[in-house]
Amino acid sequence: MKRWIPLILFAVLVGFFAKGLFLNPREVPSPFIGKPAPAFSLPVVGSTEQTFSPDDMKGKVWLLNVWAPWCVSCRQEHPLLMSLAKERSVTIVGLNWKDRDREAAQLLAQHGNPYVAVPDDLSGKTGIDYGVTGTPETYVIDREGVIRMKHVGPITPEVWAKKFEPKLKELGA
Amino acid sequence: MRFQPMKPVSRIHPRKRTSDARGGPGCFKQALASLLLVLSLGVHAGEAQPNAEDPVIEQRLVKMAEDLRCLVCQNESLAGSHAELAADLRREIREQMKAGKSDKEIIAYLTERYGDFVLYRPPFKPVTYLLWLGPLLFLGMGAGIWYLTLRKRRAVKAPTVDEKQLAAAAQLLNEK
Repeated sequence: MKRWIPLILFAVLVGFFAKGLFLNPREVPSPFIGKPAPAFSLPVVGSTEQTFSPDDMKGKVWLLNVWAPWCVSCRQEHPLLMSLAKERSVTIVGLNWKDRDREAAQLLAQHGNPYVAVPDDLSGKTGIDYGVTGTPETYVIDREGVIRMKHVGPITPEVWAKKFEPKLKELGA
Repeated sequence: MRFQPMKPVSRIHPRKRTSDARGGPGCFKQALASLLLVLSLGVHAGEAQPNAEDPVIEQRLVKMAEDLRCLVCQNESLAGSHAELAADLRREIREQMKAGKSDKEIIAYLTERYGDFVLYRPPFKPVTYLLWLGPLLFLGMGAGIWYLTLRKRRAVKAPTVDEKQLAAAAQLLNEK
């Protein structure tokens, strides 16, 4: 028995390393889960006087998708967002993060706009308030305005089916 | 830093061009040159511009940012990172320092948004007990193993040798 101890210890170590190897380091646990979505009021892309605030969405389950025109992986998830918006199963708000070149309006006109509103976070401060580390990031916010889930990185059909759909069903969207 | 247009470079080495296209040594040199150029660009553009405005705040900022993790390049500190988000966060910290906020308040602002993950020194709380006490645990285990081994060694009795065996041994030694 005794001679097996080093082997067992080694196996445990390998187990830990294997687990660590397959973790996504970008998936930092968000401190916002279960907390109210930080308030903000930002001008909306394509409008001069309209503003958007999370309070406008009270009573709805919605997604806050943080994206940017300069973000390549946002384009990757764009077709999926388009089809989600078309099916009208989900309400998506697109926080336009640090769009210094002011390209959002043109890009959305060109490739389609899956968002019900596109608040314009030019300084990036609202993104920081939401703990955004990069684009795209997507938050699921419930009827009471509480953040229930956060996804880092582009939404793929698998991610949608595995992560978002069950959560949205649970929230009764 | 001012940028020179590309043109003069090709004018200096007009003959190099043909060999470059085929990937000769000129190609390597040019690649190296552009690599160095790119690296030097990073040096100039990325480092937190020393803000001469208020050296005290700058010093405080650097000291604090060294203990904070850059969320983008996770193995860099917020002080050393060239990531844009790091620059934004440094600016935010600087502003809050200027507004008279204490280090504690600023750290709270950051952990509220990014969690304990931003801290290179995670707080001592139930989830991190194992992290902080783990080394002590291993030290304890090592001490335990050491003690057990020593005790076992002591338990082994020294072999008894009688006169006959001693004489035989002496003989063997003398034979040589």
